[in-house]
Amino acid sequence: MKKILALALAAGLALTGAAFAQAPNFDDPAEFARQKTLLTATPMGPADMPWEQYLVDGMKDTASFKKDGPYTVCFSNAGVNNPWRVVGFTDLQQEVALHPEIGELIHVDAEGSDDKQIADIDDLLAGGKCSILIVSPNTTAALTPAVEKACAVLPVIVFDRGVNTDCPVTFVHPVGGYGFGIQGAEFIAANVKKGANVLMLRILPGVDVLETRYSGGKHVLEDAGLNIVGAEFTDGDNAKTKSIVEDYLQRGTIDAVWMDAGATAVAAIEAFQDGGYPIPVFVGEDQQDYLQTWQANGMTAIAPTYPTYQWRTAIIAAVKTLKGEAVPSPEWILPQPAITMDTLDKFVNPKMPPLHYAMCGCEAMANYPTAWGGQ
Amino acid sequence: MTEQTLPQADRRKRQLPQINPVYFVLAALIIAIIVMNPAFAEPIGYMNFLKRAAPLAILAAGQLYVIVSGGFDLSVGSVITLVVVGSSILSNNDPNSTWWVIATMFAIGAGVGLINGLVVCYLKVPSLIATLGMMITLNGVAFMWSGGSPRGYLTDQFRFFGRFNIPDLPLIRILPVALIVLIVLGFALYWLMHRTNLGRMIHAIGDNPRAANLAGVPVNRVRILAFMISSLSAVAAGIMLGGFAGVSTDVGTGYELQAITAAVLGGAQLLGGRGSVPAAIAGALTLNAIFTLLNFLGLPQPIRQVVQGLILIAAVAVAMQRRKHTGR
Amino acid sequence: MTDLTAPPSRYTFRFDRWAPALLLAIALLAYVVIALYTGQSQYLTVDNLISVLGRSIALGITAVGQTFAILVASIDLSVASLISAVSVLTSVIMNGNPAMVIPAVAAALALGLVVGLINGLIITRLEVNPLIATLGMSLIIQGCLSAFVSNFAGSVPPEFQVFAYGGFGSLSYSLIFLAILAVAAWFVLRHTRFGSDIYAVGGNKDAARVAGIKTARVTIGAHILCSLCAAMAGLYLASRLRSGAPWIGNDGVYDLESIAVVVIGGTILAGGRGGIWGTMAGVIIFSLIDSIFNLAGVDAFAKQVLRGIIIVAAVAFYAVRSKRLVA
Repeated sequence: MKKILALALAAGLALTGAAFAQAPNFDDPAEFARQKTLLTATPMGPADMPWEQYLVDGMKDTASFKKDGPYTVCFSNAGVNNPWRVVGFTDLQQEVALHPEIGELIHVDAEGSDDKQIADIDDLLAGGKCSILIVSPNTTAALTPAVEKACAVLPVIVFDRGVNTDCPVTFVHPVGGYGFGIQGAEFIAANVKKGANVLMLRILPGVDVLETRYSGGKHVLEDAGLNIVGAEFTDGDNAKTKSIVEDYLQRGTIDAVWMDAGATAVAAIEAFQDGGYPIPVFVGEDQQDYLQTWQANGMTAIAPTYPTYQWRTAIIAAVKTLKGEAVPSPEWILPQPAITMDTLDKFVNPKMPPLHYAMCGCEAMANYPTAWGGQ
Repeated sequence: MTEQTLPQADRRKRQLPQINPVYFVLAALIIAIIVMNPAFAEPIGYMNFLKRAAPLAILAAGQLYVIVSGGFDLSVGSVITLVVVGSSILSNNDPNSTWWVIATMFAIGAGVGLINGLVVCYLKVPSLIATLGMMITLNGVAFMWSGGSPRGYLTDQFRFFGRFNIPDLPLIRILPVALIVLIVLGFALYWLMHRTNLGRMIHAIGDNPRAANLAGVPVNRVRILAFMISSLSAVAAGIMLGGFAGVSTDVGTGYELQAITAAVLGGAQLLGGRGSVPAAIAGALTLNAIFTLLNFLGLPQPIRQVVQGLILIAAVAVAMQRRKHTGR
Repeated sequence: MTDLTAPPSRYTFRFDRWAPALLLAIALLAYVVIALYTGQSQYLTVDNLISVLGRSIALGITAVGQTFAILVASIDLSVASLISAVSVLTSVIMNGNPAMVIPAVAAALALGLVVGLINGLIITRLEVNPLIATLGMSLIIQGCLSAFVSNFAGSVPPEFQVFAYGGFGSLSYSLIFLAILAVAAWFVLRHTRFGSDIYAVGGNKDAARVAGIKTARVTIGAHILCSLCAAMAGLYLASRLRSGAPWIGNDGVYDLESIAVVVIGGTILAGGRGGIWGTMAGVIIFSLIDSIFNLAGVDAFAKQVLRGIIIVAAVAFYAVRSKRLVA
């Protein structure tokens, strides 16, 4: 018994030490600087169609993948387990409808499990029907072997989260987490006095894209000499978000709120309203409910985005590849615009559901707004 | 909360030491919170606390019916989600819809409880599995109905119960409507459990279903009612949670285990036969007080989880030891 | 309702015994029909059926252990957190170094042993309801784990990845491992003293105690086996995902799913009746359901609805004949 306990203790200590050594780096100054530059870079590609634009030049010849239609596009999806992914998946389906050369879209949904997604990709390969495989990985590290295996037999497009291999034709994604963090934090710094109190609200730890948003935002806020009163995890839960903000308001003033994702922004705003406090400077995201609250209350606010139109780009990249047209590669970096007080009116649409992500690039598509749940 | 925790029905248990320890724990926690954060002693502080704890308290009181009858109800979290998502779709931003939407939700809740009860009683599926299946199914239904993302807003009228504070009162300054709802429903559930024949029968079934059956208790009908009460309380909790914080598609996640935890902290005995509504409500307040305290102490989330786990085990272990000493 | 004490008839007994096989046959038939109906007969090869079996290795390994816990009239909700903890522990200790494979596996199994032992002690000595004991344990493990890591940590060397990715042709080592584990579990349950004690304690604890069985030890033993299996599932997942992350177990819902497959396999939640082959049938049924959904292109939300109904229906399939009162 004692031996076992000693062993467990040793194991625990080993775990602690090694884990800290192994922590992934979410504070990479080079990447921070790169994304900061990309935010202001002039995109290449057709104007007014940001989902076809790209920020970094470098094209890949895909003639070797050229094939006659109709194509069977296979899509291994990490899940549709949050509203962002729901909007994105609708974008993807509607984009497919624009391409008569796509005969069939085979969609398998891993429901947020790495293990399941690996099995799903195996299934798709075994079925032998796919002309091309699009993967939206549940996590980067775990899906890498499955993607490598797929690359050996057919062209692969990866989007949203990446994989640790450059075997795919391209990896479609917007500027990134640091960029998101920077946009919001710079807006706060420009709109409050030095030393002002900023509350940072985060969803949960450990998600790469969210960690970099936080790290990017925190750097900018600190450099601007602002006082970060707290950084709290909300689990993306409205009730918890509202409670946290209420508790902070009991203890002191808040001059600005920075959020790493906007789904609970309205709950945070309500904490100010219900307590009878003025709404401070706010950083949310492009959800309709937040945009409408912002407009209705004339807030000083900004909405950085992680555009859902990248789901369209994945299909566009797949079709280009199968037609043998060159695509931006190894990364297809999309522009990542923020919604500002100047552009707000363009994005507000009360007919859309509350958590519709306005930066969908979908307004001109055939089934808008009904396919996205609008009226 | 001055009530004794024992039902009239069970004469054997009358001799037990009377005051449930959960009340002492709750009092100690509240004192600790006030020491940590004096603002808590002001009306805004404790009223906000009660307002937030109200949904869980009602949920725990409802869950207690199923626990005392000897089962579990894991489907309550998904009922909450369904209520919030469904109401936002049905009400369609129309303030006049509030009452019929609420009525519809209670009807759905009654239906869910009825199905749970029927599956357990007539298909003989253990309640753990039956309500687990219901949980998975209802979460799926909520997603299918909404397409995975909320489809509408809750009207201000609907949100009145969970969000609104009656302002400018003497002494307490504000009075959350949620607290009034808690007091009314809490008293109703207390009365039903500890002052009526139904409550006595629920206790009897949880204590020994065979004996209850032989004694002429309509076992199936009573158990189905217990499941319905639990589901209806989940509907009420859903209306309050949606009111407090607005729409999202995962509002109810985790509430089933929290409700069971709260009931257990209140001294309810799993697998039936014993439990008190006021103590379950105190259990829910205790759970919330623990979270609040850990929050004020600035402890990170992982530590909160560990503490919650330890307290859960300790509460049951202590209850078992007490029971042994007191001879039952 | 009136005949609570009727002894089970011979017919019922046989039905219980063959019900998992029957359910499995139904699932297999559904798979074949859907594959043919949707014109995807390429999914009907032996290779593909093997890959269907390979979908649920982690669930299978966990469920073998869960069978022991449920047979002894207990239950284990801590398996999912333990799987996460073990996968992180292994991958951090290995840290890409093949020489550390054996120490890492040893540490993983030791962690499983300790957790199982503590679960068993809390349940038997403190007399805490197993549901609460293991739920509490799950929170404690998850909390400790997330205090140290919040993302993928460490890495698994290629030598260990063979466990999940290697095999003889299309027959993977991990599938063979699961088969061997199941046979071993069957042997323990059917041909050892400990196995028959598990059935005795699960069936009627007081009677078992009167018969001279040290019931506490049997319960603790069952929990240790359960946790060891969860630890092995964690090893497998670390190998498959090439690294461990603190959410792996919970994302896979291995706690509730392992209970569901055990019960679908005909093991009774009240303990004392059932067995390992039923559990294996349950695991294969789950894999088939997943594959059927993929074949038929069922959307993610409808999947959930159907899965919930299938779990209840499958359990009702046996339980409805039972004359017992259930909790």
